[in-house]
Amino acid sequence: MSTSTQSPVRVAEEPSGPIRPQRKLPRYAGLGLYVAGLAAGALLAALTGSGIALAVVYGVVLGTLAVYVGSRAVEGTRKATDRLVTALVTTAFGIAMIPLVSLVYTVLDKGLARFDAQFFSNSMFRVVGEGGGAYHAILGTVIITAVTAVISVPIGLLTAIYLVEYGTGRLKKAITFFVDVMTGIPSIVAGLFAFALFTLLFGNDVRLGLMGAAALSVLMIPVVVRSCEEVLKLVPNELREASYALGVPKWRTIVKVVLPTAVAGLGTGITLAVARVIGETAPLLITVGLITGTNLNPFDGRMATLPVFAYYQLTQPGTDTQAFLDRAWTAALVLIILVMVLNVVARLISRFFAPKTGR
Amino acid sequence: MAKRIEVSDLNIYYGNFLAVEGVNVSIEPRSITALIGPSGCGKSTFLRSLNRMHEVIPGARVEGKVVMDGVDLYGADTDPVDVRRQIGMVFQRPNPFPTMSIYDNVIAGNRLNNKKMKKAETDELVERALRGANLWNEVKDRLDRPGSGLSGGQQQRLCIARAIAVEPDVLLMDEPCSALDPISTLAIEDLMAELKDRFTIVIVTHNMQQAARVSTSTGFFNLNGVGQPGRLIEFNPTEKIFSNPDQKATEDYISGRFG
Amino acid sequence: MTATKAPTPPPVQQRVVRRAGDRIFAGSAKGSGIFILLVLAGVAAFLISEAIPALTAPAEDIPGGEGLGSYIAPLVLGTLLGAVLALLVATPLAVGIALFVTYYAPRRIAAGLGYVIDLLAAIPSVVYGFWGLAVLAPALVPFHVWAADNLSWLPIFAGPASTSGRTMLTVGLVLAVMILPIISAIAREVFGQAPALHREAALALGATRWEMIKMAVLPYGKSGVIAGAMLGLGRALGETMAVAIVLSGGAGATLNLISSSNPSTIASNIALRFPEATGLGINTLVASGLVLFVITLAVNMLARWIVNRRADFSGAN
Repeated sequence: MSTSTQSPVRVAEEPSGPIRPQRKLPRYAGLGLYVAGLAAGALLAALTGSGIALAVVYGVVLGTLAVYVGSRAVEGTRKATDRLVTALVTTAFGIAMIPLVSLVYTVLDKGLARFDAQFFSNSMFRVVGEGGGAYHAILGTVIITAVTAVISVPIGLLTAIYLVEYGTGRLKKAITFFVDVMTGIPSIVAGLFAFALFTLLFGNDVRLGLMGAAALSVLMIPVVVRSCEEVLKLVPNELREASYALGVPKWRTIVKVVLPTAVAGLGTGITLAVARVIGETAPLLITVGLITGTNLNPFDGRMATLPVFAYYQLTQPGTDTQAFLDRAWTAALVLIILVMVLNVVARLISRFFAPKTGR
Repeated sequence: MAKRIEVSDLNIYYGNFLAVEGVNVSIEPRSITALIGPSGCGKSTFLRSLNRMHEVIPGARVEGKVVMDGVDLYGADTDPVDVRRQIGMVFQRPNPFPTMSIYDNVIAGNRLNNKKMKKAETDELVERALRGANLWNEVKDRLDRPGSGLSGGQQQRLCIARAIAVEPDVLLMDEPCSALDPISTLAIEDLMAELKDRFTIVIVTHNMQQAARVSTSTGFFNLNGVGQPGRLIEFNPTEKIFSNPDQKATEDYISGRFG
Repeated sequence: MTATKAPTPPPVQQRVVRRAGDRIFAGSAKGSGIFILLVLAGVAAFLISEAIPALTAPAEDIPGGEGLGSYIAPLVLGTLLGAVLALLVATPLAVGIALFVTYYAPRRIAAGLGYVIDLLAAIPSVVYGFWGLAVLAPALVPFHVWAADNLSWLPIFAGPASTSGRTMLTVGLVLAVMILPIISAIAREVFGQAPALHREAALALGATRWEMIKMAVLPYGKSGVIAGAMLGLGRALGETMAVAIVLSGGAGATLNLISSSNPSTIASNIALRFPEATGLGINTLVASGLVLFVITLAVNMLARWIVNRRADFSGAN
């Protein structure tokens, strides 16, 4: 933390020749002051009978203060301000870690209770209390996400190809701009869109897996376009020219030279886009709904999906409340695992499919 | 299979900017034609217009005629893709396809066009092209390794092998040695001397010694000032250009009296 | 040469096929781009068409019985309140995190730390809702009580304190955690791009690290941070599930952040009411969704405009 006596600055202040030696704190004095402040904070909290959270707050504030005052007394204002900022930005990072650690811990803690074989092999059909599982919801999420990908990837990839390889003038600008706009559509609005569209086509009270996929596609397409566009731009123009010069038509050049060269980046981008939509809840809530049994046909009626399943288990528990809450947290845990696996897969793709460049 | 190229009144544009103006020249078959001149004079642009690579750049276009053995390369019914199959090109920086092995790079022209070939045929083609590019002995044991793992000079010869594997009539080379060391340069110059029996070769170079060493004819491009179009100032047998040029500007450039 | 009307069939056929390939491929690429424009137009058109019945219906038929305006107004207030609170909390933190990762953390682990922050963005919003309800809300109850006791002269802390913690304050903090990775990712990027020449020049003048950042990094990254904050704001405005789970909303318009009666937000109100809504109720919800669409659209466009203006600036870099 405050041991930031980093070498470049320090060398500049090292006494040499006629330059007046600058007074500075010994190497670990900053950290020492900070720890002393922390201890004082803990003591204060203990005396006033506060909890752990307040003790940490007191400690961080007093520690930061101690470093600043100590440094100011010995090293002067400028150096003290530098140390103060160091303490502040480090604290900022620490603060961000609190929710992450707390969230992961909580989900693991509460989710592991029902992380069992039954959860993955049973649906909620005719389950009113304990038991049951999310078999139907996990399959539903996989199916709807797959349909979404089948819709979004070709459209997104082709649009990216258009923007990078073909696009000119107004249409290119318009598409770029509106893809940006689409990136910002709230997920619930995407759900309303799919609802309005399918209501016009099939009448009121229609609920389909396909509807959910349409809503998710509105969210996924712009992500696919953006990431694929960035990756395609990285393919050196020299390769396209080399291919043209061999008498290869443009479309074959794109399919056989540009896309294979970019395949690692495309795979990574698409996987991350899938990871982004797989946890979406709101659009599915209003387009797909939820059922207790297993429906694997996205073209017929309501389906269960993992996020919606988790939501209803938590917010509308039945008589045996704890059983519902346990299932909800396990569903949340499975959801996080799914997203994390996709993130890791994306990293692996970019590592193992990258073209071997010898340059 | 080498062919003659006749260029008449060729103007080359980038959008509205006239880059090269009024080129008239006849390029002989089975010869090496060198194009020299200061940077930005349009010699590379001219070279790229010979196999219609120029129009790959958005907004780029040409006026005038380029005729190869009686066929107008810019005729309304001419497919640029066909033109490029007959007029191959080697670029300034070696650019093997990074996703392909050495073997696949050589047959890329055929494979990318989905030409069906028997394994024995392709093997023979690869060996012929690599031998033609003087690369066979260096890579015959590692044909399945990525082409980008070779040295710069080897990569450039791989690109030449790739270009001659589609059996073009003409080979264009855009400063093929400028990114290479002297030894690799020598290897490629030797190769050009061998290839000229089979191909019409046009090479753009900044290196006048190179032009003098390898070429039979030389064209000198120049421009009057920044923003002015480049012109073909003089086109003559190489010996004449370097000993007794017709134009004062050519002499100034060759003897180094140039800005 | 296969130039003209082709005396021999094979080359002609080959060329026709090839040109068709190019035409089909280019056409489908262009078609996909146009399709995206149509989808967006469709989003606007279908939302409007489903919202029209609510716009034209008599005021007493709208849920609440006082017309569309007074139905949506408190929702808009709630939406803005939560999002702005999140923004105020998240932006300084995100700048601090970005500085820490780019200039303070040891080089070797900096990339890893950045990735850890990015993980926050990968967690599904419904899980944030779970966490907010189960962990953050109860943890903040003491603060609610304390604020109601000591800060009640501020309208936002007027009290009485909620005993569950399911308040706008908690929602704002959950949203802040959710948008933190968005803002800090962009801030990290622009801070990292601050010209090394300027940074080294500052250090060579004997500046401390903070002075170097103040002189060479922050001015360069300012518009990037603003743009990132706007994108984060857009996300917070449209966030649905976390708010729907955590907030006990539905009361009228109030600025009070810590009481148990809070205005709902547009997005969470739709999520909560839609499954049971019928007839005009649906139309009303769609109309409120349209309002949300317009607000986020405006915020995002503003963000893009700032980003693009910056891109024009730094063209030389």
